[in-house]
Amino acid sequence: MVLNRDWRGLIANYGIYIGFFGLIVALSLITDRFLTFRNLLNVAEQASLISIVGIGMTMVILMGEIDLSVGSIVALSGVVTGGSLTGGLGLPISLLIGLGTGLGLGLVNGIITVYGEIPSFIVTLGMLSVAKGLTLLYTGGKPVWGFGDVFKFIGGGKLFGIPLPVIIAACLYLLALVILNFTQIGRYIYAIGGNQRAVRLAGVKVERLKMVVFGVSGFFAAISGIILASRLASAQPTAGSGWELDAIAAVVLGGTSLYGGEGQLAGTLVGALIFSVINNGMILTGIPTFFQYVVKGGIIILALLLDKKLRQS
Amino acid sequence: MSESGTPVKEEKGQAEPDTGTPLVEMRGITKRFGGLTALNEVDLSVGFSEVVGLVGDNGAGKSTLISILSGALRQTRGELLYKGEKVDIRTPEDAKELGIETVYQDLALADNIDVAGNLFLGREIGAYTLGPFKFLARKKMRQKAREVLEVLNIGFDSMRTKVRNLSGGQRQAIAVARSIYTDPDLVILDEPTAALAVEESERVLDLINDLQEQGISVIFISHTLQEVFSTADRIVVLNQGNKVGDLKPEETDMDEVVKLMIGGRYDNGSE
Repeated sequence: MVLNRDWRGLIANYGIYIGFFGLIVALSLITDRFLTFRNLLNVAEQASLISIVGIGMTMVILMGEIDLSVGSIVALSGVVTGGSLTGGLGLPISLLIGLGTGLGLGLVNGIITVYGEIPSFIVTLGMLSVAKGLTLLYTGGKPVWGFGDVFKFIGGGKLFGIPLPVIIAACLYLLALVILNFTQIGRYIYAIGGNQRAVRLAGVKVERLKMVVFGVSGFFAAISGIILASRLASAQPTAGSGWELDAIAAVVLGGTSLYGGEGQLAGTLVGALIFSVINNGMILTGIPTFFQYVVKGGIIILALLLDKKLRQS
Repeated sequence: MSESGTPVKEEKGQAEPDTGTPLVEMRGITKRFGGLTALNEVDLSVGFSEVVGLVGDNGAGKSTLISILSGALRQTRGELLYKGEKVDIRTPEDAKELGIETVYQDLALADNIDVAGNLFLGREIGAYTLGPFKFLARKKMRQKAREVLEVLNIGFDSMRTKVRNLSGGQRQAIAVARSIYTDPDLVILDEPTAALAVEESERVLDLINDLQEQGISVIFISHTLQEVFSTADRIVVLNQGNKVGDLKPEETDMDEVVKLMIGGRYDNGSE
């Protein structure tokens, strides 16, 4: 295949969007059940929770770090919120406790990574286990349930016919996009991924910012966990298991470099949507769902191989 | 900090060169790392608008000496005078506050950020602020960046080019431009030409002359004696942590400087 430089660059930069579009066209041609409003909403809803986790993950990865604890934080913040609710603490306080749990554990990740000077891979791997253990200790391994209708509305409700989780995810993306692309803090997040020492020498409080971003990642995981508990009308101790990898997959498929400094939040959203579309398409076309793991993994590897080949020349 | 700071050096009305007081004086600077003496009673002075070339073999103590002046290291003994007054430089921020800027050998640029972004790193101009979020005035920063670089006679196609895609000389120019944006008295350049092709090296040397014309003093480290002879007003030679020469280029030659740099190596073993 002979492509000139410009085309290669174009495909390398926008390949994910082209791929996403191609996938939608292909599925629309294969099955007429795909391109319906109802089904597309379904796809969006499926993608919403992982993509919310993906926002924090994108910020962390842009700084050249990683957060493996988000899946466990999803579960812990879910059961803590659920437990507070059933314990009679009321919705606002329960939500605060749940969100605070995510934010707090994220900040702990950040503090140990930054001030303990331990790689975030190790710190958050440890936190993955700690949060999982805390979840099991808190629940005794049993799901928490028996929530009121108001709480269930968060994950199960609709606004103008659109599921609330989709609206929440969209709002959070908009907010994060603006921060990352137009503010000083966003600039620093990218610059830290490019050359942390340079940013520090420029007088920026790099340590504090990194700590906060880890906190934000935990916070977004908590939002996701609370929505999940609400949608299922029960907080499962095993919820969110493996989501850290799904989120990382969406970030990487979205074109963000694991080395930091390069990437776009919009790519993460499309990455999460692609996985959701594939999942949906396989169900619609009757392919056994166990295949999805194989397909998902294959897509990530192929996409990155292609990206590398296109950028090499 | 310097929101309205112009890149062009203006008359400062501070201590004039002709009073005889140098801009910077380092007196009897000794630095020990454990049992190792990296610097031994070294004196160094830099006059107003003076360019000092610092030379010496590897391990002679050049980097240690400028690190003390730029706040990256603290001396074990000795004192620093700035415009005749005794000062204590504990951190890089202290040095910057006095008016001493340092361009590190690795330039400390973020490769993934564009020209304007690097120039304004850490002192971004905001269009407006919302809580903790300062929204970047990108256009204004690009325009100002262009002005700053024009003063240095360095042409760039676009302020949006990522620094990664620039030549070594252009990168050096950005680092220098960033250092003079705060209107410093002294710029320290750590081996500014080490990684550059010949032609680009010459442009950087021109840049040093430009700084001097704007009234900025310069200390630069170099391994290329030709550069030092063509650019510096004074040459300071270090050898194994001792100052062994403080010469004017017109009163010496390369042979003498080389001899000072490598001389006395084996008969200086007395501790």
